Amino acid sequence: MDEPLLVVEGLTKAYPGVVANDGVSFSVARGEIHALLGENGAGKSTLVKMIYGLVRPDAGRMRLSGQDYAPSEPREARARGVAMVFQHFSLFDALSVAENVALGMEAPPPMTRLAERIRAVSEAYGLPLDPDRTVATLSAGERQRVEIIRCLLQDPRLLIMDEPTSVLTPQEVEILFETLRKLAAEGTAILYISHKLEEIRALCDAATILRRGKVVATCTPRETSAAALAELMVGAAFQAPERQPVEPGQVLLEVTKLDLPPDNPLGTSLREISLAVRAGEILGIGGVAGNGQEELVAALSGEATTAPGTVRIMGEPVGHLGPNPRRQRGLLTAPEERLGHAAAPDMTLVENTALTALARMNLARRGFIDWPRTRALAERIVRRFDVRTAGVEHAARSLSGGNLQKFVIGREILQEPRILVVNQPTWGVDAAAAAAIRQALMDLAAEGAAIVVVSQDLDELMEISDRFAALNGGRLSQSLPTRGLTVEQVGLMLGGTHGMHRPQEASHAAP
Amino acid sequence: MDLSAISPVLLLASLMVASTPILLAATGELVVERAGVLNLGVEGMMIVGAVTGFVAAVATDSPALGFVAAAAGGAALSLLFAFLTQILFTNQVASGLALTLFGLGLSALLGQGYIGVKAPVLPQIEIPGLVAIPVLGPILFRHDLMVYVSIALVAAVWLFLTRTRAGLVLRAVGENHDAAHALGYKVVRIRVLAILFGGALAGLGGAYISLVRVPQWTEGMTAGAGWIALAIVVFSSWRPWRVLVGAYLFGGVTVLQLNLQAAGIAIPVEYLSMAPYLVTIVVLVAISARRGRSAVNAPASLGKVFHGGA
Repeated sequence: MDEPLLVVEGLTKAYPGVVANDGVSFSVARGEIHALLGENGAGKSTLVKMIYGLVRPDAGRMRLSGQDYAPSEPREARARGVAMVFQHFSLFDALSVAENVALGMEAPPPMTRLAERIRAVSEAYGLPLDPDRTVATLSAGERQRVEIIRCLLQDPRLLIMDEPTSVLTPQEVEILFETLRKLAAEGTAILYISHKLEEIRALCDAATILRRGKVVATCTPRETSAAALAELMVGAAFQAPERQPVEPGQVLLEVTKLDLPPDNPLGTSLREISLAVRAGEILGIGGVAGNGQEELVAALSGEATTAPGTVRIMGEPVGHLGPNPRRQRGLLTAPEERLGHAAAPDMTLVENTALTALARMNLARRGFIDWPRTRALAERIVRRFDVRTAGVEHAARSLSGGNLQKFVIGREILQEPRILVVNQPTWGVDAAAAAAIRQALMDLAAEGAAIVVVSQDLDELMEISDRFAALNGGRLSQSLPTRGLTVEQVGLMLGGTHGMHRPQEASHAAP
Repeated sequence: MDLSAISPVLLLASLMVASTPILLAATGELVVERAGVLNLGVEGMMIVGAVTGFVAAVATDSPALGFVAAAAGGAALSLLFAFLTQILFTNQVASGLALTLFGLGLSALLGQGYIGVKAPVLPQIEIPGLVAIPVLGPILFRHDLMVYVSIALVAAVWLFLTRTRAGLVLRAVGENHDAAHALGYKVVRIRVLAILFGGALAGLGGAYISLVRVPQWTEGMTAGAGWIALAIVVFSSWRPWRVLVGAYLFGGVTVLQLNLQAAGIAIPVEYLSMAPYLVTIVVLVAISARRGRSAVNAPASLGKVFHGGA
């Protein structure tokens, strides 16, 4: 090949107050899996939006297959063979898989033919999918398949993937990587955006590293250590979280035989959940999405109430109490969904601080909010957790996902909880920020708090938790010490083999 | 009281006529809402259509030109709504309510001097052969053109929404405007077109009242038909054929109410006038009692402001 498939030269894009991309140049060869690596706000998304025609560059030029390339809209990009899988799925919940695919194509065939092609392609690439299903009923991994198949049906020459693994389970990530390798072997170039270093080292042939809108390095990720990549990305020595072992104290949070029906038809019911967390201890709860994580967090936070004795804070039955009484008793929660659940999107950071901190931090006097103190607390959260925002009077919606995540976790940690329940604490957060959040959780445990971390990131749970339990179909396995736990054991726990002592031979016995 | 004075055949035939204005307006609003826009100005667009249609029909002595002018009048008023909500990002609920109040005032102004004037009559079309069928013939096949047009429009909208690519794109825009934008569809353009279509159909519905049902011009003559049309869209869970059922159901209640009055039944008129709204409330409660959004089927982006892509 004389010229690479895509050549980007000096692309620049400025928004009011920030230069998102500043003279970015790199190239992608045919059949290459090329990583774009960078922290939140480094300009990765803006860059690929320019390549996909969603955003027009202020300066610079691009060449595709040796010809000038300046797409004015995504339609033009698709016509030239560029396809993109979005970070936040661009799917329509109420429509069927086939309709969703048709919407992403320039000239879709009639629905029956399209359904056949979807089946054929999904089987060829090991991504099984039923074209008639409504998207609302699909899991995160299946939704992503819809997007990928939508792209593949157009035989793209360049496939852009924006943080594709952030919502996937480890098994789904493996399937995705197989598909991507197969595509690359067939000559499709893949531009892969991520900040998960190990993934990039396992998958990508080349990497371009962005920092604050500029290319700071190009390297071969297989030959570069994760620590070196992280340093290039962050621009400073990278600190892995450290854990000082603490002697666990008394049981602070105890759950006994908790049953909970789901609050929507697609939910999971919790069955006989029992757990206990001691002071200074971190309990990690793993599991594939949709196995009762949200329901469990709701039952712990008080959003869903149960019989009094099922949940106890330091021995006191609180199962019948709502979130605020539990907050007053020291049990704080940071739910998963940042916009709309953990934070009110259109309210300012100060107001969002008041929303969860009023009860525990005594921010209200006779019903009137003490705004100066609330503001001071919001500013402390922003400083301590390095939340990048123009000011605490800005709406929560204006923060990038990772920054808002730092804010909602930091808000709970600074209230000095006795018990903290967090769901997916580092979802969509870059490596440095994730490390900071994990460190803060561990420091909190070291100070004697009991912490429950619900996460789908197994590496994260292995790194920070003392004990590990798995949720499967609304049931929680026994918890085992994390130290010494093997991958096979974790796999069995996730697969729903509870108790670990059940004979495994049963299924193999007798033909 | 003499219930035998009510002829079932005449009752059903007049039901179709009584339902046509709300059927037209509701079909238009259905398309608007499927595109994700909540236009509460149906009443205002109907009354403006009623007056422009009446004025044009009297001036040209042609009912057909009257309907064309009514569609244009309704669409013109809806263009104002489209400009406010899609270009200036105003709140759709407030803009829609303002549109209704503005339309009522504007129509009263335009209609001065036309009060008491008689409109040219829209001829009834008897479909040869079919009209001779006993019972069904007089009920179904002896109406004016607009009755048939309104039913054809329901079929056309159904076909458009479920069978065409443009209809799929329109539904996609109503379902998730951010995703539709990311795929490169022109959200604002599609919505403006849908709003114009809704305005035109509301205008036709209004003109049907002033040119056929009444037929003369009086201030505020739509008398809440636009609100019933809005209720029918929700009642139908945003499905075209159910709009037809809903419109005929509500039209039926109206006609029955008039007939019962004529028969001298003892129930106060007000109870009967409330009936359509009570039915709507009962249906809404029944629908949302079944859990899950799929049961309600509302377009997910309905009423949300789309700020365009950065």
